[in-house]
Amino acid sequence: MLRTLAAVVRRDLLLAFRQRADVANTLLFFVVVVTMVPLGVGAEPNLLRSIAPGVVWVAALLAAILSLNRLFAADFADGTLEQMLISAEPLPLIVLGKTAAHWLVTGVPVTVIAAVLGIMFDLGVGETATLMASLALGTPVLSLIGAVGAALTLGLRGGGVLVSLLVLPLYVPVLILGAGSVEAVAAGLGGGPYLLLLGALALFAIVLTPWAVAAALRISVE
Amino acid sequence: MLEALDLECTRGERVLFSGLGLRVEPGTLLRVAGPNGTGKTSLLRVLCGLLQPTHGEMRWRGEPIRALKEEYWSALAYVGHLNGVKDDLTAVENLRASAGIAGLEADKGALRGALDAVGLVGFEDSLARFLSQGQKRRIALARLFLSGKVPLWILDEPFTALDARGVASLSALVARHLAGDGIVVLTTHQEVPVDAARAETVELGNGQGTPC
Repeated sequence: MLRTLAAVVRRDLLLAFRQRADVANTLLFFVVVVTMVPLGVGAEPNLLRSIAPGVVWVAALLAAILSLNRLFAADFADGTLEQMLISAEPLPLIVLGKTAAHWLVTGVPVTVIAAVLGIMFDLGVGETATLMASLALGTPVLSLIGAVGAALTLGLRGGGVLVSLLVLPLYVPVLILGAGSVEAVAAGLGGGPYLLLLGALALFAIVLTPWAVAAALRISVE
Repeated sequence: MLEALDLECTRGERVLFSGLGLRVEPGTLLRVAGPNGTGKTSLLRVLCGLLQPTHGEMRWRGEPIRALKEEYWSALAYVGHLNGVKDDLTAVENLRASAGIAGLEADKGALRGALDAVGLVGFEDSLARFLSQGQKRRIALARLFLSGKVPLWILDEPFTALDARGVASLSALVARHLAGDGIVVLTTHQEVPVDAARAETVELGNGQGTPC
């Protein structure tokens, strides 16, 4: 079972490496959206410090949405997904491997880039560390919940817009907890409870969403 | 033994076939025949469990495949209409990925051996985007060499895009699988160039699939 998981992760990482322009687009989008905001609202340091967590988190959500169609569409079009559906190994396991690879090429770089963006918004060390921790715990949830939306809209025309409508409302708790954790640290309260809740959400999503994705894929491929 | 009981399949509003019964014993080649659009691929997808029939059920060794799931799929190798080959991976990487997805164990030697067997010597490390249609088809068919002990093969138009030598070597492979008490279900528009001790044909196309 672990061998299959590792094989799926390795395959998707290799594909992402071969198609690195696609991956870079998502990250570039994230950076550009965040850097646009100071240009729009003005360079008042106190204002920037207070809006930074929200801006970074909203941009992370949008970047995650943008990358979701990469998750299953190509495998669906070339027939690999059929082979996954009739694998001797459980489908939720394969789904977990694919989402893990998706997180490694979107969530992890976004978390790392956030350190630089924190400096740009003049965040303190504690705030930046909390922002990164919240992204590290929250982005897996974005990938996992996004996978449910991507699987449900697979093969539909206009699926890209539909997936945002389906998935964005479900991202709201992650957004509130993620941005809230940094604001709490800035207010001197400590972000611990927020991060714990985010961690709980991540565990919840890891356990439950692969089953939902698997069921949605079987319906979509019929 | 593969059995189908009173299968009915609808796509959209149209009934492709109904009341279809099958019973395929080990060592049998089952050919699904019929003009375009009569549901050959749909029937194969139903046999694989990828498509749920609107009526009836499939049984493998007496158990419904809906209940067996992974246990049934571990006895099945399916080469569909789509190759499942990634343009951005090399031939050997494609085959390794397919083996990983299917849950098969395959070391480097086995992968190279399978590619040699389908006549892709010298192309192992070429990206699939630079290979021809026929060569991509061969990568998909190389999966059959990896799944040596899998008893049931379901092949959708396996001979398309293959050259004369490719057709001959695939026919030999199918014949060897049948001789080892395997089951092969395939669709083809060509005459089946396979020596099979036991061959049956299902003719689709009159709305009522009846085994001949």
